[in-house]
Amino acid sequence: MSLTSAPPTIASPPPGSRRSGIRRRSTRPRFAPYLFSAPAVLLYILFTLVPVVYTVWISFRAYRLQGSGIGGRRVDVFAGFDNYATVFSDSEMIAGFLRLLVYGLIAVPLTLGLALLFALLLDVPAARAKRFSRTAIFIPYAVPGIIAALMWGFMYLPSTSPFSYITRALGFGTIPFLESPGLFGSLANIAIWGGVGFNMIIIYTSLRSIPVELYESARLDGATETQMAFLIKIPLTRPALILTGVFSLIGALQLYAEPTTLKPLTSQITQTWAPLMTIYRDAFITDNLPAAAASSTVLALGTLAVSAVVLWLSSSRRKAGARS
Amino acid sequence: MKSTMKNLDVHPVAVTGRVDRRPHTRLLPTFLLILGSVYCLIPVVWVFVAASKSDGELFSTFTFAPGTGLFSNLGDLFAYENGQFALWAANSVLYAGVGAVLSTFVSTMAGYALAKYEFRGRNLIFYSILAGVLIPGITLAIPQYLLMSQVGLAGNPLSVLLPSIISPFGIYLSRVYCESAMPKETLEAARIDGASEWRTFSSIALPLLVPGMVTVFLLQFVGIWNNFLLPFVMLSDQDNYPLTVGLFTLLSKGSGSPALYTLAITGAAVSIVPLIALVLFLQRFWKLDLISGGIKG
Repeated sequence: MSLTSAPPTIASPPPGSRRSGIRRRSTRPRFAPYLFSAPAVLLYILFTLVPVVYTVWISFRAYRLQGSGIGGRRVDVFAGFDNYATVFSDSEMIAGFLRLLVYGLIAVPLTLGLALLFALLLDVPAARAKRFSRTAIFIPYAVPGIIAALMWGFMYLPSTSPFSYITRALGFGTIPFLESPGLFGSLANIAIWGGVGFNMIIIYTSLRSIPVELYESARLDGATETQMAFLIKIPLTRPALILTGVFSLIGALQLYAEPTTLKPLTSQITQTWAPLMTIYRDAFITDNLPAAAASSTVLALGTLAVSAVVLWLSSSRRKAGARS
Repeated sequence: MKSTMKNLDVHPVAVTGRVDRRPHTRLLPTFLLILGSVYCLIPVVWVFVAASKSDGELFSTFTFAPGTGLFSNLGDLFAYENGQFALWAANSVLYAGVGAVLSTFVSTMAGYALAKYEFRGRNLIFYSILAGVLIPGITLAIPQYLLMSQVGLAGNPLSVLLPSIISPFGIYLSRVYCESAMPKETLEAARIDGASEWRTFSSIALPLLVPGMVTVFLLQFVGIWNNFLLPFVMLSDQDNYPLTVGLFTLLSKGSGSPALYTLAITGAAVSIVPLIALVLFLQRFWKLDLISGGIKG
């Protein structure tokens, strides 16, 4: 009896003052969080939510000619999934997505692999020139993608390429950087060059947060640097690797600036080389907004799906690892 | 897993408790790091060397041999279309500077609200904005253009500036930083002292949040400076172009005209100097562990 009645006695001040205390606490910040987040929410609605909804809406519309001959006029009608059917039956669009796939399969693993390698090397106690390398490898982050593409473009162009200059002097001829199979590697190289440094820094800062005691006990057990990298460092930097992986994937799917910049330098890149280039053409050159909107929606859903699969795979693998 | 490890392992019989002092454990990592540095620096070195060449030299001399035309190239660059290059540079500074400052404040306020208040709709706001990280920013540019043209803002510098202010990633980082850098007791103390919510934020929270804000500012500054598609889609008057779009038009006009190639190369060289300087100078103020630390669990 005394036990059950004790807590209320201790915790209960006079009833009136308690209620007013609660009211004072809850009334004051009631509007504050909404006011603080209002600018962000407003801008988010205006520049993300509304454009997304608008795009999806347009993707279900179509311009049809009503009447015939000169008296006909364009009207905006509901088109169902017609535009989506067009996207998936357009062989050039499918080819664009396939090119994007090949490019992504080169660019994403190499960017992440090199970023992880350099981060691990920076973390090797015996390595030298670390400060210099960290800065040097990070520098491309400061170079806009379009300018990176411009610089590499001239380094690929047969008449100005330093690499082809050397191979020509040695009698091997010009390197076909801008010809068909090599072009994929050349484009991926621009993204890898621009992306390795930033991802390296993220993985490296994550490595630095691993407690030193783990390494000390591993060394006492006779582990080499390589063993420590594979058994301790890589598993523990997993969250950073997932984050950089998802961002690299999203970046790869948005391929636009690099092929557009290289386009004047080679005949291999057409106006529809990458999906975003086709979307740009449909929206601004051939004035076919519904098609552009449908392709945009497909690309955005594809990005969401790929990111979700990566996140799901990595979380289910982590759970499986924890169980074993 | 085990077999790959054995293959990769350079020296499987190390049984020392001390830091490894055998030469190859120092040489191989150092060599690879230097190799990576060379790879990252080659285009930068090349563009500066190429910027020093006259039109003729660009196509005739060995590409890493410096030329004689640096000053005439610079003169041509700044004289192009009555000094349009300087305008582009000023526009880049304007878009990136103003956009990043506004973005930092908007993100910090939202991050603070999301981190320090319990309120109805908090999770809805946070997760909707977080989903924005996954939406390809570039696919937004086209509908943004259509909406801007309906309110008559397409072509106006505001059409580039306004969409740059919202940064889902910046809001996410601000929230993470706010949660880790600001103890709840500090806020409670300020409230008990009778400070208004705005005063608590501006004079107590903000100073504590500066390191996180610098990081958000720099990420956003570099992001806006490097953006190409949004200004490319929005702007039609060349005088409003930022550097990225300006140099792109120079290059696409230049097919077949070596003089414009030289201009584009010199412009590329000049335009990367300030951003490299900024990144190098501010490197130590970056709290990039914020990014890697904020995603645990």
